[in-house]
Amino acid sequence: MNFAVPNFLPALPEIFLLVSICGVLVVDLFLTDEQRWLTYVLAQFALLLTALAVVFGFSGETVTTFGGMFIGDPLSVLLKVVILLFSTVIFLYSFHYLRAGGQLRGEFFTLALFGILGMMIMVSAHNLLLFYVGLETFSLCLYTLVAYNRDAPKGAEAAVKYFFLGALSSGLLLYGFSLLYGTTGTLSIPEMAAVLTAAGADGSVNPATLFGVVFVVIAIAFKLGLVPFHMWVPDLYEGAPTPVTLYLSTVGKLAALGMAVRLLVDGLGPLFVHWQELLVVLAVLSIALGNLVAIVQTNIKRLLAYSTISHMGFFLLGLLTGTPDGYSAALYYMVVYALTGIAGFGVILLLSRKGFEAERIDDYKGLGRRQPWYAFLMMLVMLSLAGVPPLVGFWAKYSVLMSVISIDMIWLALYALVFSVVGAFYYLRVIKVMFFEESPMVQPVSATADMHWTLTLNALALLGFGLIPGGLLDFCRSVWG
Amino acid sequence: MITLSHYLTLGAILFSIGVVGIFLNRKNVIILLMSVELILLAVNMNFVAFSYYLDDLAGQVVVFFVLAVAAAESAIGLALIVVLFRTRATINVDDIQQLKG
Repeated sequence: MNFAVPNFLPALPEIFLLVSICGVLVVDLFLTDEQRWLTYVLAQFALLLTALAVVFGFSGETVTTFGGMFIGDPLSVLLKVVILLFSTVIFLYSFHYLRAGGQLRGEFFTLALFGILGMMIMVSAHNLLLFYVGLETFSLCLYTLVAYNRDAPKGAEAAVKYFFLGALSSGLLLYGFSLLYGTTGTLSIPEMAAVLTAAGADGSVNPATLFGVVFVVIAIAFKLGLVPFHMWVPDLYEGAPTPVTLYLSTVGKLAALGMAVRLLVDGLGPLFVHWQELLVVLAVLSIALGNLVAIVQTNIKRLLAYSTISHMGFFLLGLLTGTPDGYSAALYYMVVYALTGIAGFGVILLLSRKGFEAERIDDYKGLGRRQPWYAFLMMLVMLSLAGVPPLVGFWAKYSVLMSVISIDMIWLALYALVFSVVGAFYYLRVIKVMFFEESPMVQPVSATADMHWTLTLNALALLGFGLIPGGLLDFCRSVWG
Repeated sequence: MITLSHYLTLGAILFSIGVVGIFLNRKNVIILLMSVELILLAVNMNFVAFSYYLDDLAGQVVVFFVLAVAAAESAIGLALIVVLFRTRATINVDDIQQLKG
């Protein structure tokens, strides 16, 4: 029997990242607590070099390797670069927060890096087995990270809840995979699409395949946190340490986008009419519940959790159109959402200090007077989340709504529009609290220069991409030719 | 004669027991862990059955990966339960409701 050596080049960034993580892990063992910053610096280098490897390793053509299991295409390259670059920003914010809180340990960075490796494998997977391995690499790291602060009862509770619901959703996904494997006879994503196209030529679909589709959609809904599979989202956002919430709610959602596109669009594309109905229901429920429940929240992390639920509903609007324009709008929406989320949590991390988490909305009273610049940045974030022009959040909402209108589902576009007006209420409330309410609290904020400038750039990027929306949008469009 | 549908029915029953176990269990977190394992084993049963009847080895390879991941998952699950017990001194499902869901 012959063994052909596979082409390792498309997977070079992943291999490089894996080797560097192992290096970081070993170096971290020999460091004292005062030298812990070295772990952080090495982790940043690993991320940046991997991002360079992704960019320069891509020739512009789609390549597959490892017997068709692994694919390097424009979508995977774009998602990987965005995930890696956003992660460097997340690491920077987290490093300062953890150091100020006396919680700086090497595990945070190594676990987060392993999670990123899992995401990269997931977005490049062209086979259900490899996909599952990537997903679990990512999820198992996240379960542990949520319990990072071992002495916090809330963190342990959030971790246990997230673990069991996450394990259940993996189980549902696998059950769906087993049915799809049984009815199509293959684990390869493109072959599955080919078999389904051939089988669906006469208009009939095997009921077992449809069961498989339903299970896969439910698992995706779990990972994205869509109603009615959203119960873990607010608990996790509130209970997990803020850097972990930041990591999960931004790059984690980008990975979930990769999951939805690889499975639904690439693999189950021929069954579009069947999963479209499910996505419409999920989107309608998520947009309504997320926006309505967010209004009564007093904790800003819970508020952002419910806002995430509604944003994921908006993201689905792009996906359920089934057109390349809709997919690019969904991708654009997710990238913009992640960028905005990073800036928002960045401000929360900056205002927190040892023994004090800036997590109640009341903690932001009078921020406009005490810290006008950071209040201004938070205002940009809130306006962008609400979708107010000229911020980039407006263009994201605009492009998904236009793609929904283009498939003649005008009622859905109007529905989403009404609820985004409802949503504007609670975003504006945060702004009102910051600028028009007084608080006797004195809150010293000591931001280091790198934190200050990164956060400033991050939030101003929301304005910049909003004033000149073309570049990023064209970039997302180029993925689907 | 045992046919494919017998195996699939058994898989479906095990899977349902696992899912129901997660939602109905009001006692102990360890039981949740057992339910999760049961779900994964039901999936393995499906994969092996399909693999045999399709005469395709890929399904059996998946089972090995799922088993390995399930082991890692239980290790992490148990570790989380230990953390929970250290901070709460209980692993009763009803007592885990400080966050209001």
